[in-house]
Amino acid sequence: MSTKEKSKVETADAPPGIEGPGFFATRIDKVVGMARANSLWPLPFATSCCGIEFMATMASTYDLGRFGAERLSFSPRQADLLMVMGTISKKMAPVLRQVYEQMAEPKWVLSMGACASSGGIFDTYSVLQGIDRVIPVDVYIPGCPPRPEQVLDGILQIQKLVESESIRRRDTPEYKALLNKYGME
Amino acid sequence: METQALLTAVEQKLKAQFPEGYVSSELIADYPTFIVKRDSILDVVKFLYNDVDTSFQYLTTLATIHYPDHTGQEFAVMYQLHDLRKNLRIRIKIFFSSSDTHVPSITSVFSAANWMERQEFDFFGIIFTGHPNLKRILNMDEMTYHPMRKEYALEDGTREDKDDKMFGR
Repeated sequence: MSTKEKSKVETADAPPGIEGPGFFATRIDKVVGMARANSLWPLPFATSCCGIEFMATMASTYDLGRFGAERLSFSPRQADLLMVMGTISKKMAPVLRQVYEQMAEPKWVLSMGACASSGGIFDTYSVLQGIDRVIPVDVYIPGCPPRPEQVLDGILQIQKLVESESIRRRDTPEYKALLNKYGME
Repeated sequence: METQALLTAVEQKLKAQFPEGYVSSELIADYPTFIVKRDSILDVVKFLYNDVDTSFQYLTTLATIHYPDHTGQEFAVMYQLHDLRKNLRIRIKIFFSSSDTHVPSITSVFSAANWMERQEFDFFGIIFTGHPNLKRILNMDEMTYHPMRKEYALEDGTREDKDDKMFGR
């Protein structure tokens, strides 16, 4: 008998279900949620120093790839997660909104850092006082700029949301009401 | 050339050429500075550009200053010119009232003034007559005021989360 060393690689836990010899039964939305959460394609919308911190998050020391999000999408059509990192000026706001609208459902938004979340120190005539004035936001990461650990935590929070949401979130009245609040359909 | 000598030389030329337009001159922090009348700024710049001894053919920068307390002379526009051949620099200023912010454009002499003048229009509302495309350059087009004028608050004004006790206002 050979003693196999236990693998140190942790894989995603199987969703709760009924298991027996040769079969495993669970709910389809749990499986879809698990798959979505562990294969997010982030679209980095980096405008300033938070973007630099995001580069560290993507690089080998912190390695966002461990959470299945190493494939950045620079096309909004293929992205699941919009990561807004940095100061957004009022002139940039319509661009950000258009990028969000071009993303296909299901989509999530992560606001990284003080500027994207609230305008930060830039309480001035030219800066948007938080991206939630033009697009809905799922997770806010505080900090100026946040440490890569905080960004990873934010991604994990997004994954929790993704796992627990229904397959067609866009059909729910709450989601429609949220988008209507921003003048989108 | 020493800055004092440069100041005297340019002053004499401007006095002779523009007896009406020349106002005063001063050496400010080793920088020869001349004040001229607003209406003659284009001719002064053109003259200094074509002058044989000192040809100021490079516009380093152009800026507006707002002095809300100087009644009748609330605005100043400052031009910095550079003679690349002899490495000489001078500054020219014009003063005018906020009731009439029309200034002759110098885009016919310096193409570089195009974007600079658009910036001054954007932030201070200075109207450069003769500018080929005077519209906002940095701020969003929907903005309804000129934000660097001191009568407008710097802050955004739409934030509700700020406690005046904490921010000392």
